[in-house]
Amino acid sequence: MNLSPQDITAIGLSMKIAVTATILSLPIGFATAWLMVFRNFRGKVLLEVLVNLPLTLPPVVIGYLLLLFFGKNGWGGSLLKSAGISFIFTWKAAVVASATVGFPLLVRSIRLGMESIDRQLLQASRSLGAPWYDTLATVVLPLSFRGMVAGSSLMFARSLGEFGATIIVAGNIPGVTQTIPLAIYDYASSPTGTAMALSLCAVSVALSVVILLLHEVIGNKLEHRNDA
Amino acid sequence: MKLQINIGKRLGSFSLNMEATVSGERIGIFGASGSGKTTLVHAISGLTAPDSGEITLDGACLFSSRKGVNLAPEKRRIAIVFQHARLFPHLGVKANLLFGYRRCRPEHRKIRPESIIKVLNLEHLQGRGVGNLSGGEKQRVALGRAVLANPRLLVMDEPLSALDDSLRFQIIPYLRSVSEKFGIPYLFISHSLTEMQLMADNVLVVADGNITGVSTPDELARTGMARSPRGYLNLLRLGSAISHDGLFHYPWGDGTFIVSDGRTNGDSLFELSSRDIILFKKHPEAVSARNMLECRVAEMFDSDGRKGVVLESRGQRLVAEIVHSAAVELGINPGSTVFAAIKASAFRRLD
Repeated sequence: MNLSPQDITAIGLSMKIAVTATILSLPIGFATAWLMVFRNFRGKVLLEVLVNLPLTLPPVVIGYLLLLFFGKNGWGGSLLKSAGISFIFTWKAAVVASATVGFPLLVRSIRLGMESIDRQLLQASRSLGAPWYDTLATVVLPLSFRGMVAGSSLMFARSLGEFGATIIVAGNIPGVTQTIPLAIYDYASSPTGTAMALSLCAVSVALSVVILLLHEVIGNKLEHRNDA
Repeated sequence: MKLQINIGKRLGSFSLNMEATVSGERIGIFGASGSGKTTLVHAISGLTAPDSGEITLDGACLFSSRKGVNLAPEKRRIAIVFQHARLFPHLGVKANLLFGYRRCRPEHRKIRPESIIKVLNLEHLQGRGVGNLSGGEKQRVALGRAVLANPRLLVMDEPLSALDDSLRFQIIPYLRSVSEKFGIPYLFISHSLTEMQLMADNVLVVADGNITGVSTPDELARTGMARSPRGYLNLLRLGSAISHDGLFHYPWGDGTFIVSDGRTNGDSLFELSSRDIILFKKHPEAVSARNMLECRVAEMFDSDGRKGVVLESRGQRLVAEIVHSAAVELGINPGSTVFAAIKASAFRRLD
C-alpha cells in the first residue's frame, strides 16, 4: 500500500469536508426533525418532500441545481459575491454538496429518535415549569441523542462517499477539492493507476469500518447509561 | 382551592361540555375510562386548549376564550402525577426530583427537597438512575418531583392504576400526607370508588364528556350499592390487634372485630362488603360467624330497591345491605338495635 502526498491531501480533505458538513447540518437537522415531529403547521408535507428530495434525486442533478444557485448569476452566488466569498470550485462548495445529499439521512434518524420520545415526558416537563425551549433543550435534545449519533454517522459516511454533486459544484482539483472518491475516479481513468486506486479503496473501507464501529460503541454506551 | 370550569371541546365525534364549580382541598374526578376525565385535567393544566369557555382557579383566570387568555402550562403552576410515573429516563432520581424545583421562582419555593425526600422515604434512592426502580418507588419519585415544583394545585391522573393492589394502598398514605403536610390541594382522578373514598372529600362525576354532578365518595358508594357487584365497601382502618388462636382481635366501637387475615404490628386498612354483614333482631345465641356486634341503626337509605343500614357503635359506622322485605320483617328502623354477624374471613386486608 502506497499513498502519494496528493492522496494524503485527498484523505484529509475528505475528512474535513465530511466533518464540517456533519457539524453544520446537525443543528439544522435537529430543528427540522423537531418541526416535523412536534409541530403542526401548513406546508408540513411540502417540507417533508423537500427534505427527502435529495434522497431520490440523482446527486448530479443536485450538484447542477447547486451550481445554478451558487453560480455567478444565481441568487446565492451573487449574495456570496457581494460578501466577498468565493464559493464554487472550493472545498466549501463540496461541504454544501455533501450536506445537501446527506441531510435527509440525518433528519430521518433524528426523527426516528424523537418519535420514540414519550409525549407525556414533555407534558411533565411543561407542567413542572419548563417553557417549550427549556423542554426542548433539557428533555428532547438529550433523548434524541442516539438518533443524532446514528444520523451523524450515516451522514458522515455518505459525505465521505459523495461524488456526483461534488464534482459538479467543487470540481476535481487535486489538493483543493479532490476528495477520496474523486481521486479514485482519476486513478481509474488512467491505465497505470490501479494500485493507487486500490490503496485509496482500502482507506475508504477502513474509514467506513471505523465509523460503524464508533457508532456501535457510542450507541451501546448510551444504552447502558439509560439503564443505570 | 376553588375551581370554576365551564368549557367545551370537540374531539372528532366526541364532544365535551363540562361545567362545575367545586371547592375543597381534596377533590376527586370520578368516571369510567373514556368519559373525558383526562381531557378535563389536561384542559385545567394547560396541556390541551378547550375550544371555548373559561377556567378559573382561586380567582385567577387560566383560560378564557372570551378574553383570549390561555396561560401556558409552565405558568399555571399545576403539577401532574401521571399513571406511569413518567420520570425522565436520561436523569437520575435526584435530578428528576429537582427538575421542577430548579425552575420554580425563589419566592414560591416553600417546600424544601430535604423535607419531601424524608416524607416520601427516598433517601436511599437519591443516587440511583430511574431505570431500575420498582413501580412504587417510581411513583413516589414522581410524586416528590411534582410536589417539589411547589405547585398551587397537584393533579394526580390515575396515579395508582399501574400499581398492583397491595402497593396501591401503600402509596395512598403518601399521597394524602404530602398534600396535608405541605398544604397543596389536589385533584385526584380515578375510576375506582375505593380510591375515591380514601382520597377525596368532594367528587366531580364525569360521564360521556359531561360533569354529571358534584358529590361525596360516600354518597356515590351509597347510590351505587345495589348495582355494584360487591355492594357498599366499608373501609376500616383498624389497629392495635391482639393475636389469639390464629385470629386477630381488633377493637372497634363497643366490641372487637375478629379478623382472620390481620397483623399485630401497626394499622391495617380493611375492606368489608355491605353484603357480608347479616343482621339479627335478637342475639342468635350460637352462630359460626366469629363477630357478633350489638349496634344501633343510625340511618337507612335506599339504593335501587335495596336498603342500606348504617350501623353505629360508639361513633364508628358500618354500612350493611338488606333487601326491602327483610327490613320490614325485622322491623328495622333508625334508632332500633340490631346484632350484626360478620365472618372473620369477610374482612379483606388491603395494605
